[in-house]
Amino acid sequence: MSGFEPQARRQAFLAPGSSSFADFLAMAAPELLPTAVHMTGAAAGAPSDVPHGTTIAAAVCAGGVVMAGDRRATAGNMISQRDIEKVFRGDEFSCVGIAGVAGIGVDLVRLFGVELEHYEKIEGRSLSLEGKANRLAGLVKSNLGAAMQGLVAVPLLAGYDVETSHGRIFSFDVAGGKYEEQRFATIGSGSVFARGALKKLYRDGMSIEDVVLVLMQALYDAADDDSATGGPDMARRIYPVVASVTADGFDRLTAEQAGRYAEAVVAERMRLPDGPAAPLQSTES
Amino acid sequence: MSMPFYVSPEQVMKDKADYARKRISQIRSGVVMTCEAGILFVAPNPSRALRKFSEMYDRIAFAAVGRYNEFETLRKAGVRYADMTGFTYDRRDVTARGLADWYGQLLGSLFTDSPKPYEVEIVVAEVGKTAADDEIYRITFEGSVADEHDFVVVGGQADKVAAVLKERYSATMSLTEAMRLAIASLAGQGDGNSEPVTSGQLEVALLERSRPHRAFRRLTGARLDALLAEATPSGAGAAAANGAAGASGSAAGEGPEVGSANGESAADGGPAGGSPEGGDGSAPGGGDGSGA
Repeated sequence: MSGFEPQARRQAFLAPGSSSFADFLAMAAPELLPTAVHMTGAAAGAPSDVPHGTTIAAAVCAGGVVMAGDRRATAGNMISQRDIEKVFRGDEFSCVGIAGVAGIGVDLVRLFGVELEHYEKIEGRSLSLEGKANRLAGLVKSNLGAAMQGLVAVPLLAGYDVETSHGRIFSFDVAGGKYEEQRFATIGSGSVFARGALKKLYRDGMSIEDVVLVLMQALYDAADDDSATGGPDMARRIYPVVASVTADGFDRLTAEQAGRYAEAVVAERMRLPDGPAAPLQSTES
Repeated sequence: MSMPFYVSPEQVMKDKADYARKRISQIRSGVVMTCEAGILFVAPNPSRALRKFSEMYDRIAFAAVGRYNEFETLRKAGVRYADMTGFTYDRRDVTARGLADWYGQLLGSLFTDSPKPYEVEIVVAEVGKTAADDEIYRITFEGSVADEHDFVVVGGQADKVAAVLKERYSATMSLTEAMRLAIASLAGQGDGNSEPVTSGQLEVALLERSRPHRAFRRLTGARLDALLAEATPSGAGAAAANGAAGASGSAAGEGPEVGSANGESAADGGPAGGSPEGGDGSAPGGGDGSGA
């Protein structure tokens, strides 16, 4: 904000047009954008001492969508944080989870949140869910330079579409591609393990409570097989962040509520360490 | 702009200021006042889409009278400034005082540099934890910032309207009482003629003290009709509510719309923060939730 010639700076604020906060920053204060970090001569492959991590899983439920994320951040072979939060509120009808480099991901989500609110205040209406997904894809795309040098952060977006009254999930790739997912989706280093669990446990039209349980099971399985994903820490009472988005808006489970689900999962695992077994063949028609 | 002969700067400034004052004296007044529930904004506004009151930030609102395209530009500039400050530092670091100062600088330089001054008068208000913590700033077309207490009137008939307010105002007024006083003071722009006022003719907004996060709410449709009915017990409000149902399309008094009236009341009662499309009665969401 300093070092700008007053006239030019004033023009940036008064310029008609863009309701995008990120575009405005690019005009008025580009140094604030997450992608403004310049890397010099970094080799491909993320530097191992930058916090990394994760499993995020989201699934559609009756009346909306639920997202859950683990709490571990790793830097190389060290656990750099036990209680990092990776699932955030985007706005009233959306939530975002991030995988990859924590610093970049958190920046991305923060900018996304302001972007959504900014549009709403300037235009006097909320963005459509499709619009939010497109905008997030654009933000991811603008990080491509840093991603090519190993500082990858990729989000998962879950929202309630007020026009269709359904939950929807979108995943992204580093090039800014946007992909709508049906039923459920996972991202992060533990995503393959979580996806396997969801394949066997998820049913269409489940209630919110059942979907929370399914996601907890999936995250537990991911933590079981991926060292970069943390399972529920019963001793310290650190549980996955679980958030739902329905017609009533964004809601995050309190630690107590998440704890109850985690305890149920862990209690069952004491008997069945690999979790509930799916039948060999479906008996349902 | 070519000036073939010398004109004294004093004359130029005086001409600009006279022009702006004259134009502003012709615009209808609006009222901003502190009450127990928060900060209330009331102004005559027959349009449903073009707004004088808007959300600026969590507990800050923007109010303006004058030329629409000019104050819209200022409003958007202020939202950009507020979001940028909140993003750079923290949400708590965005203050009405900072915004008012910034607007003063902006309008001041615009007044000096532009051939035509902005014909606007704006108010930036921030609701506090108690009425004593509320802040109201008025910024004029030439960038003077004034720190107001209790209430402020902007627009043409400011003196007349303010006189009515001064007589009857009290900081402990409820929302209904504040609404009643606002309507009374604006009626006939202070000259005592009171025509019954309908919700279709007013724009009303509130910075609600007790709301977490985003405090700004528009009062429209069924909720506004109910407030008007309470505030004008002579029946003018109630009659107007029925009369306004057709005219303004507000969701009251018509069978098929009762559902949407309830829906809207529920939406307003719940998490709907600055939901500007509330007037339709059928507009979904758009407000804020109490985030983690």
